[in-house]
Order: sequence, then C-alpha cells, then structure tokens
Amino acid sequence: MSASVTTAHNAKRMNRAALVRRLVARIGEDPAVIGGIGHSNFDLWAAGHRARNFYMLGSMGLAVPIGLGVALAQPRRKVFVLEGDGSLLMQLGCLSTVAAQRPANLAILLLDNGTYQITGGQRTPAELAGTDLVAVARAAGLPQAAWAADEADFDRLVAQCLDTEGPHVIGLKLDDAPPAGQTERDPAQIRDRFMRGMGAKRSGLPG
Amino acid sequence: MNEGAAQPWHEIVLEVLKANEVRLVAYVPDNVLKPLISGCHADPFFTTLAAAREEEAIGILCGAWMAGMRGIALMQTSGFATLANVLASLPCAFQIPALMMVSERGTLGEFNIGQAMVNRTMRPVLDSLGIEHHTITRRDECGFILDRSIRQAVTTQAPACLILSPLLTGGKVLKA
Repeated sequence: MSASVTTAHNAKRMNRAALVRRLVARIGEDPAVIGGIGHSNFDLWAAGHRARNFYMLGSMGLAVPIGLGVALAQPRRKVFVLEGDGSLLMQLGCLSTVAAQRPANLAILLLDNGTYQITGGQRTPAELAGTDLVAVARAAGLPQAAWAADEADFDRLVAQCLDTEGPHVIGLKLDDAPPAGQTERDPAQIRDRFMRGMGAKRSGLPG
Repeated sequence: MNEGAAQPWHEIVLEVLKANEVRLVAYVPDNVLKPLISGCHADPFFTTLAAAREEEAIGILCGAWMAGMRGIALMQTSGFATLANVLASLPCAFQIPALMMVSERGTLGEFNIGQAMVNRTMRPVLDSLGIEHHTITRRDECGFILDRSIRQAVTTQAPACLILSPLLTGGKVLKA
C-alpha cells in the first residue's frame, strides 16, 4: 500500500455515501465495520444494515479504539473503521496505540471532508493548518497508510486491506455532500445485533 | 480465593481477573498500579496494552466485549476525570460492562492539590451516571468485592468501577 504516491492535495474529492456503498459491496459479509460518530455511521447505515455493523453514538474519537478492541478479540476477522478527520483529531494518540499493537486485521478509513459537517461545516484545525493526516498516521508508525487517488484506487486499497496484513490506513478526501440517511439511535439494539453478528452473544430472543 | 494473609492486593486482583476470564487489560500508567501492570504483562493469559488516554482504553474494552473478550481499564483518579462523556455515551448508553480499576489519588495524604480537587469529582460522576462502584480498603475484602463486581457487571450488562484506596495499596506519598 505504501507504493501509492498520491498526496493529500492530489487526491480526488469523492462522495462519502458512494464510497461506503463501494466498501460494503466489496468486503462481503464477514468483516466487522465500525462507523464513527455522526455522518460516518449515517452513511454506513444508509448503505444497508449488515449483521456486523456497529454504529457509534457520542464518544467522539473512539471509533478506532473500538475497532482495535474488536480486532484484538477476533484476530481472524477483518475489521474496518470509518472515522472522520475531526474525530481522529480528537484522539490522535490512538494511532500510536494501534501502531504499538500492530493488529494485522485492522483497516482505518479516514473520511476527510476537512470540516465538522454535522455541526454546520466549520473547518477543522487540521484543514486550516494543512495537516496531512495520512502522513501523521505514517509518522505514528503505520507505514501502510495512503490517500486514495480516486474510486478505482480506493477499490485497489480495499482489496489490499482484505488480502494483506495490516494495520492499514486509507485516507479519503471527500466532497461536502450531506449523508444519505440517518442511523436509528437505539444503542442497546445496535449493540445486541452487533454482538450476535460477531458470534459474541447467543439469544433465544428473535432479532 | 485469597488464601494466605500475606498475599499482596495486586496478586489477588490478578487471580480474580483470571478466574472471571477478564483477559484484556488496557491501562494508562500509575505508580501504585505498577506491580499489577507488571504482573499482567508477565502473564501470557492477559493481553496487556498501554493506551494514550483513558478514553481510548474504554473504547478498546467496549470493542473487545462486543467481540467476545472481557477487559478492564486501569487508571488513576485524574484519568478517570477525563471520562464522563465517553462513559455516558458508550458503556452506559450501549449497556456494556466496561470494568474500571482506579488507583485513588487525592486523599489520605495527598501532596498535589490538583489531585485532591479532582478526586472530589470522581464519586459524584459515578453516582450521577448510575455506575456501580466500590472502594476497596482491605486486602481481605479485595477478592470478594472484585469478583462480585465483575459478575454483576457482566450479568446486568453495566459498567462498574473499583476504587483502590490508599488504605489497601499504601498510596503515593511525598518523599522527604
């Protein structure tokens, strides 16, 4: 993956909902997908519920740590994390934590629209400063981190996540389109369904 | 479970964690917790890792629980004080038995005024979030309180917090 030479400013600005649909279509049923706060998980929801989807509510910045925990608990299953740039900025230290553990099954997809879209589109400090978050990930000890040049490059990078050992980071520059849906905010149900999907809970109750 | 009166508190904790299949230990370092952290690192039963922030440790535990692995977060009082939002919106809202063990600073001989002040926020935060918590002061009660707290957390799908008093651990005192 480190062969990619796409730089942040050369990456095509793509549509989040369309990319998440592409991801879901490509990875099949087995991997877990952790959707970070707000629009990151809204577009995961809008792409169609999967048994191994988890949609965060609050706890901004914890999508990567949650994904790390899932990856450590089930090392043979691929885990994809969808995390926003503003969210990652709140918890940059998690990149070092991931790098220290080197979970081979973890892939972090950085959804970078440069703004806090859900609160009105204010630009992030990283956007104002020109911070390259993929470069930050590499410097944190995650060498398999790359910006996706365009949709075809994204497909190639996702295939690498599926076929090779990680941890991987894919940076995605996004347009400012709104999300394609809104997740049902029922955390206990979301957690229950995810645990069943992960084989971590058995229940005689339907669902 | 804690046979032998001389068994130190951290060995009791290790035994009870193992007996309850708590395998993941995520910590932010603390001097009082050092022997427990070292004991976890030394025992291959545990997956033991340092997190950069206590919030991260809670996220890691919650992810691991949902994928079938029990865990506990180790921290000190000041670290707990960073957690109100994530406790409310992750383990409380999602009904996840996130286990926390807090080495208590700020009381019984504290020398840092910041620690003394932040200590006063800890139990009110736990109470206002409705999180079960116990302060462990005696070695002969340590195993029982921890064991029963883990069982209750798991069966009621609720977070729980064990506070390790300086009465148990000796705490941290200013060196003359």
